[in-house]
Amino acid sequence: MSLGMATTQKKTATADKTKGAKQADFVAAPVNAKLSTEEKLTLYRTIVGIRRFEERSLQAYNQGKIGGFLHLYIGQEAVAAGITSLMGPNDHIITAYRDHGHALAVGMSMNECMAEMFGKHTGCSKGKGGSMHFFAPDKNFWGGHGIVAGQTPLGAGLAFALKYKGLHGCCVCFLGDGAVNQGAFMETLNLVSLWDIPVVFVIENNGYSMGTSLERSSAEKELASRAEGFGIEWESCDGHDVFEVREVADRAMTRARDSHKPFLLEIRTYRYRGHSVADANHEKYRTKEEIEEYKKNKDPINVLKEQLLSDGTLTEDLAKEISNEKKAEADASAKFAEDSPVAPRSEIQTDVYWEVDNDTEGRLKGSYFFND
Amino acid sequence: MPRITYREAIKQALSEEIERDENVCIMGEEVAQYNGAYKVTEGMWDKYGDKRIIDTPISEAAFSGLAIGASALGIRPVIEMMFMSFSYVAFDQLFNNASFCRYMSGGLMNVPIVVRGPANGGTNVGATHSHTPENLVANHPGLKVVCPSNAYDAKGLMKAAIRDNDPVFVMENTLLYGQEWEVPEEEYIVELGVANILKEGTDMTIVSHGRCAMIALEAAKTLEETHGISAELIDLRSIRPLDEETILESVRKTGRALLVEENKPYCGVDAQISHLIQYKAFDYLDAPIHRVSAIDAPQVYAKPLEDWQIPNEERIIERALALME
Repeated sequence: MSLGMATTQKKTATADKTKGAKQADFVAAPVNAKLSTEEKLTLYRTIVGIRRFEERSLQAYNQGKIGGFLHLYIGQEAVAAGITSLMGPNDHIITAYRDHGHALAVGMSMNECMAEMFGKHTGCSKGKGGSMHFFAPDKNFWGGHGIVAGQTPLGAGLAFALKYKGLHGCCVCFLGDGAVNQGAFMETLNLVSLWDIPVVFVIENNGYSMGTSLERSSAEKELASRAEGFGIEWESCDGHDVFEVREVADRAMTRARDSHKPFLLEIRTYRYRGHSVADANHEKYRTKEEIEEYKKNKDPINVLKEQLLSDGTLTEDLAKEISNEKKAEADASAKFAEDSPVAPRSEIQTDVYWEVDNDTEGRLKGSYFFND
Repeated sequence: MPRITYREAIKQALSEEIERDENVCIMGEEVAQYNGAYKVTEGMWDKYGDKRIIDTPISEAAFSGLAIGASALGIRPVIEMMFMSFSYVAFDQLFNNASFCRYMSGGLMNVPIVVRGPANGGTNVGATHSHTPENLVANHPGLKVVCPSNAYDAKGLMKAAIRDNDPVFVMENTLLYGQEWEVPEEEYIVELGVANILKEGTDMTIVSHGRCAMIALEAAKTLEETHGISAELIDLRSIRPLDEETILESVRKTGRALLVEENKPYCGVDAQISHLIQYKAFDYLDAPIHRVSAIDAPQVYAKPLEDWQIPNEERIIERALALME
């Protein structure tokens, strides 16, 4: 073993700074101070919209209208809302299967998302992807991926393409705390650092990889500090205050865009519901008190509401109006989904091959499908 | 017409496509500064530089996934698996993401990547480096797979694969890299999904792909010269898409089918071809369909045993004679 290895540089300076900061500092940070009243209200609408949408989807799931799995984002909304609000024209995002929040935050409609979960032809993926696989490339949103950490090299690839094409942008790749222990993610960390790829990995650390707590799954609890082994800058912060998320993510994204350097950001958050709705044990591997504590003191909606009430952006009446508006929109999306048709059976074999769908001349030789 | 090696033909295809399209790049282990583990990309880094010819660390999952993500934004990466056996390390990326992103996005995303590298046994390296996963790839709708048996096809199929807007696996063969064939100097493409009749015949149809097609060609000549059996030999070239019509037309003519491949028999490519023939040409068959595959065990290391494990001329002739009885 070389003694020279002891010179590894610690990169914790920024993290220490964040930990010591007060809430007011985040509101006053330039990236937040410049927000107009309307922009702040948009953040609030996004967060409330995700909550009302998911509450409605839960109801539909319990009624048997939605099949498969339903991984709810409730409690984590400020992370997706905050980060997507920082996206420029050449910024892209990609995430895992807990993707409803990110999808709505980039501007996908409740209708196309709800219909997708209902398995309907009007869904964003025509009912072929389901809850875990929402996509909106026109909004720079590349899914919605079902396998833990499977999206992490894809995120690196999106960022690689930006650099290859000389575009000033970055990719934000979201992952959960469970994903940090997958090999694909660690391989990817090495690659993005080695090649200077403008990707920001955001670990949304909600404390549990399904039913296994962080304490029982990760040897090093400061998850983002793994970045040091790859020579990557990192930082960790709390995720219930959208202004804190924006302040920290803005620095990471700006750095990625300007210098092509990757960044590993860990955002501590919490999900109120189970890993998926099928996770019946979620009040067994953690206490009710723990859930209630977060709801009481760190609920992203309440935190933002208080901030916006105190600076005069919001009134109680307007808050109520926004909530009702979003609830009505969610209800309407469920009706839209319910009333929409399932795709015809012929659609089972479309969207498999680009060349087939586009009926390209001279390319379509031979059989692509094997139906007797 | 100049004779060039299979290796040189692939390099020409890659070079021509790199020059044609600025979005084409090559990445893989040792492809750049080392000049390629099998020298397929020799000299390309010198000529095209760091941006286009990219050495990766030994991280198949990361660089495969990276290629998929980059392709979403219009890059056309050609990734080299030093051995196609190593694609197994990147299984989730290639068999979940490359194959299904288009479908799960309802057609909003496509993945124009090429995954290329040698997929063959017969090299005395044991089971972990001797996979022939064309059947595995073909079993994943969304993926395409071709197996060039000669330099002409290798060049033409590679160019078609790079221009294709879907993920295409190009299964090469280390035992063919050094062999020479005639390859025209002018540009050409070999379309996916078009089989090649390597030899015409009337008594039986041999269906094969990859290097096995070349072995079968030798066997077919021997059958003709020594045994007076006229075998028609079809080289599939493309496994998915599959040229079903050429197979069926031939079998309807000859009434007998012998399937030869290096895949293991259980759920190999020939299992599908066999189903196709019995289902769509049943009335034309004068005998059960026979096949010669790799002997059904992990690839054995010992050279004399491995030479017997994978199809060789002797095994093909033996089975062809049985088919004619």
